[in-house]
Amino acid sequence: MWSNSTDSYGWLQIILHWSTAVLVLGLIALGLYMTGLDYYDPWYHRAPEVHRAIGILTGLLVALRLVARAAQTTPRSLACSAGQRRAAGIVHGLLYALPVAMVITGYLTSTADGRAVDVFGWFEVPATLHGIPGQEDIAGDIHFALAMLLLGVIALHLAAAWHHQFMMRDDTLRRMLRPLTPSPQPDHEERP
Amino acid sequence: MTSTLKAALLGVLIAVSGPTPAADYVIDTKGAHAFIQFRIKHLGYSWLIGRFNRFEGEFRHDEKAPASTRVEVTIDTESIDSNHAERDRHLRDEEFLAVDRFPQARFVSTAYRDLGEGKGELDGNFTLRGVTRPLTIAVSKVGEGRDPWGGYRAGFEGTTRFKLADFGVERDLGPASREVILWLGIEGIQSGGQKFRKKP
Repeated sequence: MWSNSTDSYGWLQIILHWSTAVLVLGLIALGLYMTGLDYYDPWYHRAPEVHRAIGILTGLLVALRLVARAAQTTPRSLACSAGQRRAAGIVHGLLYALPVAMVITGYLTSTADGRAVDVFGWFEVPATLHGIPGQEDIAGDIHFALAMLLLGVIALHLAAAWHHQFMMRDDTLRRMLRPLTPSPQPDHEERP
Repeated sequence: MTSTLKAALLGVLIAVSGPTPAADYVIDTKGAHAFIQFRIKHLGYSWLIGRFNRFEGEFRHDEKAPASTRVEVTIDTESIDSNHAERDRHLRDEEFLAVDRFPQARFVSTAYRDLGEGKGELDGNFTLRGVTRPLTIAVSKVGEGRDPWGGYRAGFEGTTRFKLADFGVERDLGPASREVILWLGIEGIQSGGQKFRKKP
């Protein structure tokens, strides 16, 4: 079952969710590691190259996720209250918006001098907005601040998923692990 | 030709031929006719060159009394530019220039020794990263004279070098990279109404 239903996520969204999660967490970890490296460490240049390349690819993936989300049903909210539903909406919105903002600020940091971003030698993303005095510092500082914010939002997200799955026992996590047994789907072909 | 006219002409010639009296100059950063460049060895394999894009200063110079030469320059350390955004970001960081804490570097001259033929040695105090130490700049004059736009300019080049460690940079980049060379190409425009005056 590739697409979402009102009660279940389809494989497409499930795969996109977990691959984004792995990439985003990996990028944050790599970013924290690489900015602590000494200039003469063998990975001083290589780590940021990998970080920039995966960052661009993750940006493309998030764009894909946004399209997929817009094109499909969003499974019904499992929130117990209007307040919870609103909180979930905000957190999920941030989980889309923050990675996008991080790709943009990262890109503006690395292209501040007009250089393109090289993605594993496969293609380059040219600089567009560049040459602003202090651009790499401002964009870089925002990039780091957003990473810390994103980490906090992810922690909230994990806590909430845990709470719903294991305290409320309402399938929140389960339905993001595999499509649940098919619930009545609007299937035009079957309609007599 | 009348004698009055001859006298007037003579006056004009004298006025044209002599150098200007001691004058204060503003370094022409508006027209970007001044450059402060640094160079340091990279790994001992090549020279890494960069600039400080924003600075300002003034100097006093008198061809007839060179010992009265005085220079003051203030550099915006945040404007460091080695043509590489990520490297410049690292250079501004705490490990090197710490520009958050020390947004300015400054040179104030204390004495000038004329060595003849437009060359000299400029002693002064250099403040970088909050540390002030004496520094001597080897100076040589490039030229001076009127410009086409109503001003009077004088220009110099200067070189000096110092150890990073002497100004609080603890990071040791290796034996080839402990010293930084500064090269300055400076042109100043005379200020204070000392413009060339034509005799009527």
